[in-house]
Amino acid sequence: MISDPDVLGLLYLVSIVCFVLALRFLSSPKHARRGNWLGGVGMIVAIATTLAVDGISNWALIVVAAAIGSVVGLVGARKVKMTAMPQMVALFNGVGGGAAALVALAEFHEHDGVLAWDEGLSISLSALIGSISFAGSLVAFAKLQELVSGRPIVFAGQNVVNVVVLGGAAALGVAIVAGLEAQWAIVAVILLALVFGVMFVLPIGGADMPVVISLLNAFTGLAASATGFVLDSTVLIVAGMLVGASGTLLTLLMAKAMNRSIANVLFGAFGQVQAGAGQARVDDGRTVRATSADDVAVQLSFARKVVVVPGYGMAVAQAQHDVRQLADVLEEKGVEVKYAIHPVAGRMPGHMNVLLAEANVPYTQLFEMDEINPEFPQTDVALVIGANDVTNPAARSDPGSPIYGMPILDVDKAASTVVMKRSMNPGFAGIDNDLYLDPKTTMLFGDAKESVLKLITAVKSA
Amino acid sequence: MTHTPLVIELTILVLAIFLGFEVISKVPTMLHTPLMSGTNFIHGIVIVGAIVVLGFADDGVTKTIGFVAMVLATANVVGGWFVTDRMLEMFKRRPEPKKGDGK
Repeated sequence: MISDPDVLGLLYLVSIVCFVLALRFLSSPKHARRGNWLGGVGMIVAIATTLAVDGISNWALIVVAAAIGSVVGLVGARKVKMTAMPQMVALFNGVGGGAAALVALAEFHEHDGVLAWDEGLSISLSALIGSISFAGSLVAFAKLQELVSGRPIVFAGQNVVNVVVLGGAAALGVAIVAGLEAQWAIVAVILLALVFGVMFVLPIGGADMPVVISLLNAFTGLAASATGFVLDSTVLIVAGMLVGASGTLLTLLMAKAMNRSIANVLFGAFGQVQAGAGQARVDDGRTVRATSADDVAVQLSFARKVVVVPGYGMAVAQAQHDVRQLADVLEEKGVEVKYAIHPVAGRMPGHMNVLLAEANVPYTQLFEMDEINPEFPQTDVALVIGANDVTNPAARSDPGSPIYGMPILDVDKAASTVVMKRSMNPGFAGIDNDLYLDPKTTMLFGDAKESVLKLITAVKSA
Repeated sequence: MTHTPLVIELTILVLAIFLGFEVISKVPTMLHTPLMSGTNFIHGIVIVGAIVVLGFADDGVTKTIGFVAMVLATANVVGGWFVTDRMLEMFKRRPEPKKGDGK
């Protein structure tokens, strides 16, 4: 058993180094996996060191709890489909945040509320942020899993209620810092924060979930970091803050990719605006042109360059494997195939890349928006599969559109565009897409998977 | 555990913020989902806190809270790591040999 603080500190330093390297290795897919293994080593060192601290007991409880947690985590990680990754991440965010809040609660209880101001502050912060993250993540999970509607849920005076709830929790936190020793105070902080967590995610629309998950990720990191101050643990402070920085950065990136401020995402109740914006549409006599799989197959077979624009619709139809097969068949015919990935394609940052990687699409064929946009004018066919809002030219031209200013993939600049879509229903954001009325655009209606399979057969015989 | 002065801890915190931004900004968009699940795994470090709470608990309330915290944190660590590994395994440079989808 280790009682020398220097030895403990050094061992924790080893895990800190492992965590930083794990993130550093993520800079390239070549050694990213090795990085994760290093992170695992760091975690094992941290856990083993903590278990070796002098005076740790309750071994039976520790082992049983660890066994339950491991089984749950392992089964979840093994079973989850790649399309459901955002829910999974939300869930793990939640449990991490919950654990941080519980550690804070236990520390308050252990000290009977008698705390120095800085201990009170870190305990309050850890309880507050951890609980918000826990409740918020569970709501985000429910929304992504479609247990509750993905549409924003709003009621009158919502923001006022939110401010009162959060204000109440914060005021109690301040009271704890000032020396309030009552147990109910910390319990109330947690309960109010839980209510706030629910209230804060409920009004956010499904399309904005990438921002919300990133933000909750940052929250859990911050909660863990605050816990580090409670327990005087540098490894918690640093590791938590690394996560906090990562979540914050991703939140900013996502908001930027949608050209909206964070405040607008969180409090704007997106999807509510479209009712007003839609009215401005003038019926100018342009119509949607439907096409057949055979026609598209000919178009594709005789193209020099095809850019595939995958969206969440493709993932829902589980068509990513067939899309790769279609690309393979086209490449055999000498057609150059590239994939254009919009930063908010899918339901979380980088989600589409994972889905395509799962289908064995080499990552060297995937291009980010800024790389691929200049190539659309030289593209013969842009094949849009289950993507909608990220291709809507209204984002460039119509100041009245709710997505105005959002950077989009310039598929309308390609020589021709084929949109594969289930129906004419508007996308997740609930906005009509002008692209479908473009004379260069044809629509291939139907289930993405079936359509792609038909295309493969047709291309092979073309 | 050791007692580190607050100022030192704050210094470490601030440096960690800068380090975090520096390292994370080098992660390509392509790997943002693994980054999220990887950082998800890393905030599982709160398991250290759960072990301390449960390991030093002497009354029923603390034991109960510590136990639940330990379950949550372990699920976070184990699940976060395996899901990240599963994802990163899929990122390959070249496609696998094609199976029967040619002519």
